Parts: sequence; C-alpha cells; structure tokens
Amino acid sequence: MASPLIEKSAAETARDVAGAATSAAEVTEATLERVASVEANVGSYLTVLPELARACAARVDERVRAGERPPLAGVPIAVKDNMCLDGTRTTCGSKILESWIAPYTATAVARMLDAGAIPIGKANCDEFAMGSSCENSALGVTRNPYDPLRVPGGSSGGSAAAVAAYEAAIGLGSDTGGSIREPGAFCNLVGFKPTYGRISRYGLIAFASSLDQIGPLTRTVEDAALAYDAMAGFDPMDATSLDKPVEPAASALRENLQGLRVGIVREFATAALGDELDAVYRQAYRDLERLGAQLVDVSLPTADYGVATYYLIAPAECSSNLARFDGVRYGLRVDGNDVREMYDRTRAAGFGPEVKRRILIGTYALSSGYYDAYYVRAQKARTLIARDFARAFATCDLIACPAASCTAFPFGAKSDPYSMYLMDYYTIPMALAGLPALSVPCGWSTPEGGTLPMPLGLQLCAPLFEERLLLGAAHAYERATRHALARKPALEESRA
Amino acid sequence: MNGRYEAVIGIECHVELRTRTKMFCGCPNEFGGEPNSKVCPVCLGMPGALPVPNAAAIEHLVTAGLAFGAEIPSFSKFDRKNYFYPDMPKDYQISQYDMPLTIGGVVRYWLEDGTMKQCRLTRIHLEEDTGKSTHAGSGDGRIAGSSYSLVDFNRAGVPLMECVSEPDLRSAQEAVAYLESLRRTLLALGVSDVKMEEGSLRCDANVSIRPAGSNELGTKTEIKNMNSFRSVQRAIESEIARQIEIVESGGRVHQETRGWDEVNGVTHSMRSKEEAHDYRYFPDPDLVPLEPAREDVERLRAALPALPWQRFERYAVEYGLAPKQATQLVDNVALAEYFDRVVAASGNPQQSSNFVLGDLSRLANETGVAVAQSKVSPEDLAELIDLLDSKRINSKIAKELVARMWDGAGSPRAIVEREGLAQTSDPAAIERFVDDVLSANEKVVADYRAGKTNVMGFLVGQVMKASRGKADPALVNELVRAKLSS
Repeated sequence: MASPLIEKSAAETARDVAGAATSAAEVTEATLERVASVEANVGSYLTVLPELARACAARVDERVRAGERPPLAGVPIAVKDNMCLDGTRTTCGSKILESWIAPYTATAVARMLDAGAIPIGKANCDEFAMGSSCENSALGVTRNPYDPLRVPGGSSGGSAAAVAAYEAAIGLGSDTGGSIREPGAFCNLVGFKPTYGRISRYGLIAFASSLDQIGPLTRTVEDAALAYDAMAGFDPMDATSLDKPVEPAASALRENLQGLRVGIVREFATAALGDELDAVYRQAYRDLERLGAQLVDVSLPTADYGVATYYLIAPAECSSNLARFDGVRYGLRVDGNDVREMYDRTRAAGFGPEVKRRILIGTYALSSGYYDAYYVRAQKARTLIARDFARAFATCDLIACPAASCTAFPFGAKSDPYSMYLMDYYTIPMALAGLPALSVPCGWSTPEGGTLPMPLGLQLCAPLFEERLLLGAAHAYERATRHALARKPALEESRA
Repeated sequence: MNGRYEAVIGIECHVELRTRTKMFCGCPNEFGGEPNSKVCPVCLGMPGALPVPNAAAIEHLVTAGLAFGAEIPSFSKFDRKNYFYPDMPKDYQISQYDMPLTIGGVVRYWLEDGTMKQCRLTRIHLEEDTGKSTHAGSGDGRIAGSSYSLVDFNRAGVPLMECVSEPDLRSAQEAVAYLESLRRTLLALGVSDVKMEEGSLRCDANVSIRPAGSNELGTKTEIKNMNSFRSVQRAIESEIARQIEIVESGGRVHQETRGWDEVNGVTHSMRSKEEAHDYRYFPDPDLVPLEPAREDVERLRAALPALPWQRFERYAVEYGLAPKQATQLVDNVALAEYFDRVVAASGNPQQSSNFVLGDLSRLANETGVAVAQSKVSPEDLAELIDLLDSKRINSKIAKELVARMWDGAGSPRAIVEREGLAQTSDPAAIERFVDDVLSANEKVVADYRAGKTNVMGFLVGQVMKASRGKADPALVNELVRAKLSS
C-alpha cells in the first residue's frame, strides 16, 4: 500500500518537513516508489530524476537541520518538459529535442528548488505545448488518472496527471491558451495561470512569447498559492517580467465571498453544454452566491473571436520561436547535401504534424502581403478583447465561467484540429488579455459512453495583478464545496 | 564619369557599438578570442533563453542620432527579422523595422578642397550582430565547394547600429568623405571603435545613374563586400562606369545585389530582386517597447562633445587654416583640444597650427610622448607665439625655444629674459655687426659688387651669427643690402 506521505498537500508536507516531523528524504523515497508503481499506467513523466531528487532532498534536510524553514521544504514537484533544468534532458515532447540536455535552469524552476521543492521528473506535454490533450507529444502517452482511457488534457497534461496520481504535489505547467487550466479541470486539480509576466519565462522554451505564462497545478488552492509565492516576481533575465512587488497570496486565502461581485458572462451561457454540465455550472454559481458573492451579468462581446485571434497570434510567434531548431547547434540533425537540405530534413523529421501546421499558419500570417490582413488585425482584436474584460471588471471583481466545454475525452476523439482548438474556447480570451485565471474543481459528470464520473472545473478570472483576490476567492469556494474529494484516482482500480 | 550622367549614391553602414557587454546578454563585447569563448545561452539562442536590452547600447545609439540632429521618437520597438542562416543563432535577428530609435538627421562632411557638404540620414536603428562562418575545404574560403563549415558565435549579439543615408551623394569621393565624417563623429562620441579592418564598420552602397540634371532616380544596384574606404571608392567608381556602359549601349540596369571583387576590380551579380527575402518582420514579443524619457535624451544631448564637422568648419572657415591642416587637427581630438587652448591664449590660429602640427608633432613623433601630455603647456606655447608675433624673438630662436620647452625648460619669456635672447632691433647695434662682417669679408663684398648677388645670404648669415641669432633678420637684410649698394 502506498505511503500516506504522498497524499499530503504541499502545504502539509512543507510544514512537516520544515518542522522535522518527517524528512524530505522520506517524502522523496515515498514519491519515487509511487512513481515506480503507477507510471506504467499513467505515463506522467518523460524523465524521472531519482538521483537529482535525492540530492535535493538531502540538501533540504540539511537546511532544515541548520534551522531554515524553506516554504516548500521537501515538496515533490513535476516540471513540465518545456522548462530547462540544468543537466537534465529537456524535450518539449519533441523528437527535435529528444536528447537535448539543458545547460541552465529556468528561473521559475530555480525558485521552486530554492524554496525547498524536490524535482521528481520532467513531465510529458503536447509537443512544444501545442495541444489540449497531451496526444501531440512525440515521446509518450499520458493517461488521465481518473480514467486511463481518457486524456489528461493539455498541454501540461503530464504535470496534471502526475499531481492527480500523487506522483508529485505540485506540477509546474505553462499556459498559452489554457494549457494549465484545461488539464487542471480534466484531472480534478487547481490549475492556475497568473497575470502575464508575473512569473519569469526565462528558461521556459517558448511557444508564443506574448502569451506563455508558467503556473502551478495542485490538489488545493493553498498549494497553488504557495507555489505562486515561490515563483512570482521580477526577473532581470526576462524583459517582459513584471517589475512590481508581489504580496504573498498564501496569506490572502478567504473563507467567504462577502462583498465580492462575481460577473457571469452572458456570451458563455452554459445551456449549450448540455443539461448535465449546465446544472453543474449553475450550481457552482449558486454556491458562489451562497458564500456571499453578488452575481452580476457581464458581457464580453468580442470573446467569441478569441479562438480565431489566438490561432493567428500564437502560430505567428511560434513560427519565429521555433526557427532556431535547425540542426546547427543542438538537438536533432539530419544531414543533407547542403545546409538548406539539412534544415529541411531536420525539421521534417523533428517536428510533429501539429507543430508543422502551426509553423505554416504562422509563417503565412506574417508574410508580406498578408501581415496586415492577419497578424495586425489579430492584434487589434486582441486589444478589443482586453478592453471587453476591462469594461466588465468595472462592474465586477471576478468573472466566473466554465474552464472547458466538456470532461476529459477518450484518446483519438478530437481528430480534426479545429475541434481540438475549440477546447480552449473558454480559456483563450483571458490569455489574450494577460489576465490571471484558474480552474478549480466544481463537480463531476459521467460522459456519454463513459463509466466513471469525470471532474469539471470552474474558471475564475481576476483583473490584472489581482492574484491574491483570485486565489482567496477560489479557496473560499473550494472549502465550501470540497468537490475534489468526491473521487480518488482510478489507478488502483485499473490495475486490479 | 562623362559629363552626361550623374551618379546617385546612398550608403548603409553597420557599426558595432563599443559597450562592456553584448546587446541582449552579459557576455563581453570584445573583438577576437578563442572561437565560442564569449557565449552564453542567450547569445547562442538556446531554447528558453530570453534577450534583455543593453541600456548603454541604446544610449550610444541615441547619442549618435543626436549628434546628427536626428529626431528621437518617444516610442520605438524591436522587431524580429526572420531568415535562416547558420551563423544566426535564433534564425531571426532582433532589429528594428518601422519604428527605429532615431529618424532623419544630417551628416555634414567635407571634401579634400575643404568644401562643406551634407548628406541626409533616413534613420539609425539598433540590432544585434551575427556570428561568423568559416568554410573549410574549398581552398578559397567560400561556401561553394567547401566540405564543412565552422561557426564562431563570439560576435553574435554584439550591438550593431545600422545607419541608412538618403541618396544624396553624387560621387565615389563624396561617398568616402561621407564615411570619413561618419567615422570621425562616432569616434569623437566614443560609441564605437569604427575599425573597418576588424569589421566594426561595414558598409553597402546603393548606386544608380541618371542623365545629368534629371530629378528622376534610376534603377539602383546594391554593392556589398567593400572592406576599406579605398575599396568603397573603387567599387563605386567601377559600378558607375559599368552602369554608364550599359545605358550607353542601349541596355537597362537591373535591380540586384552585386559583390565587389577586390582582386579583379569589378562588381559581380550576387542575387536579383526576385530572390529577395521576405523577412516577415513583426514586433519581438520578448521585448517591451523602447520609450526614451525626454530628460534622458536631453541629458545625452547636453553631454555631446564638439563634433568633427563643427571643428573643421571653425578651423577651415573661421580660422582660415588649410583644409589638410584642419583635417589633421580634427582627426586627433586630444591635439585639437590642445590647439584650441593655444589659440584661446595666443589669439593666432595659424601660428598655433604651425607649431602644434609642425615642431610639436615632430617632437611627439620622435619622443613618443603625445603633445597634450608633453611638458609644453598651451599657455607657454601661446607665450612663445606672442614673443614671435611682437617680434621680441625671431623664428630661429623660437624653434630653439620649442625644443628646450619640450625638455621642460618652462616659460619662454623667462628664458628669453634670463638669457638675453630677445631680438635685437636696434639699428645702431645691428649696423655695428654689419660693419664688422663686411670688413672681415672684403673678398665676398667685392664678389657681390661684381654681380655675384647670391653671396648676400652668406653675409646675412654671418651677421645673424655675430648677433648670436638675436638680430631682427628683416633689419639685417635691409642694412646689408643698403651697405653693399652704397
């Protein structure tokens, strides 16, 4: 039977390790054992790092003995494989980086380790974070711990699955159009994307630079706040990181929503999601009200253009960001008769179909003659979407809406790209506006053709820089509803 | 060029800025070194690495713009120029497209005869340099036929300013004079070493021709691979001649990029307009817009030094120095500043220039001590010029004094007084010397009177010698001639 240590929240583990009730070494061993016993059924990690984890644990235990109380002492974490960790393989889920060893550590990861976290491994993701199911990983399959026949969501699917399967307490993810919030909803987790620029992108392998934001996937809101507190803040290595003081969010967790106005988005009416999901979200809104919030009707008239806007801006940026994978300096190289042929062969062999599709779309959108019609207009639409949010926030403090339009779907269910793109319908507008947003478990639904109830996520979104308000409110909702505790992962069941 | 055509030339320069670190990372910005010894994840374009702009490079560029009177817009940004090349680590270059840091401005320059001219600037923008490729196995270092290539990224990410001129230049001479003025100005500002041989100054020329007197622009070609000012001159001359020949024989010039072949003295086609890249410029999302604060711009403007063209104009036009002398002074800022102090104290620019560029520069060359660092203070030199101007000493004594001042003798006035070197202008005293010399050289006097007038110089010299050099030479001349003719 698995050790009780692995089911503890990050907050509990950190308290216990810092208070010497247990050691980082014990937690690490328990977690590595868990990984060994369930990985075959989950596939969260592309690389497990037992040696590094043990070395980090030893150092944390030493710090504790020396009288330090690191805020994340001994907390096992999963690092999405698009973040650099010095000396470890960092693949982005792509063949083009399949054997690339990062020569430096991402700022966010370094800050987590400084806070006492233990890196258990590098987690699977959609190739270069492009996808919503983890199915676009070229290097491995990750299963949803609540139903192994279904996807964990994506692109941070490995990090989400690892935390849901107790293979880590915190998963580091990156959210470009919903890549933390959607897998959070699919895996019964809190998935939190802070304000764009709050957490340094230095060492996060870029997909779309103006949208990418690192954030945590956790089993509790308090854990998300702790991870945020460890990672947030200005980084001189990232010119787009916010040079603003960060007040700790862990001290802002609330027990009710008294005095808050929560906007319900007119254009996001949940009736279209079917009776069962509609009922879950209606109940969620009523629960917010029950906790003291005043529900107000708000409108985001341009939000409907979010997906179209996103699928111009993100591919445009990725077409340029991914140019460096050319076989010259690192990563895969397939030789050719001249340098041009080497480029072509390397990129043809190294990138998967979705990455190629987006590079093509982005290259086209930036081309002379099309730039104004596509890229420039998309940027204008982006500005309008951000303005809609600003207008809405004049009459409310938070916005509530679904995190996804369905529960986790079976492998292969979304075979045409457009239906997959629509998975991010509810999460893309916030990303385009740079706003802090999270998904928090809000109920269960047994999907058509499924046998197990699958989790659903409520998305909460706050104005820029209002992470404390956002996490505080999510905490009140989580404590009052406790939806996450209704079911445990189906792993043991599936092994039997 | 025959008189029927006029050349129209614009120059694009790339200048590496002199900063402690590279444009977007902390690696040292230094020429040379072991290949790939001055690199980091950022300038190697490693996955996940991000650029952070170098504030000193931005200030250098704004300073350059201000020196040329350019406009500094309150909003500027970095863009990505996308194209694949092995020595470009990210396969895009961070550059500036439609909103450069500086707009407009004028480069004033002068020709060898001292004529002042000007060439308008389109813009100056900031970007990063690329690495350097070395192609091995082809014998001539070219990529064609090479078996492999090596890339050195030490230069990758070095801050580079691109300075684009309007097509205001009309000859190869003007183009070179423009480049020289640009180079002098950037040196004076301290923003670059501007060494063409180390590649810190590189330039391309856009050349077209048109019938003399026409206002239309002809089809231009872009000339690359010019490695010295001399090759700029030769390449442009050769290209003008080529275009005239085409037009004269009824052909048309094609828009294309042409490379200068130094050995054969011709340009050859590199690529045509149809093969031009689509660089897919877009704003770099890794960087925030540049919004130079007004007070910072004004601080930089206030700190501008005297500019070379301003000096040249003052020296050549106001002081009336020969263009060559004026240019010599302009090209040595320390010497020019020394010269300025001598002029301020003496009020005699021509004489100041004669001493500074003549005796003092010669002594500086001989001893390896710069004039400005020498023991001759500008005030002492001015005193010497004053003694000469007021005829207290003659030029021969002055020369002697300069040499002694160089060795630390101090104030020339004090030496003159102490050693009684003041020029003798008393006709009675000089007449005594003349009489002595004439009576001691009766044969020579007889020769003179027999028509050998060239012995006059000998007699004057003897008188000067007798006066120990102090006699006023003009007076000596006059008296000797008078006595001989009597």
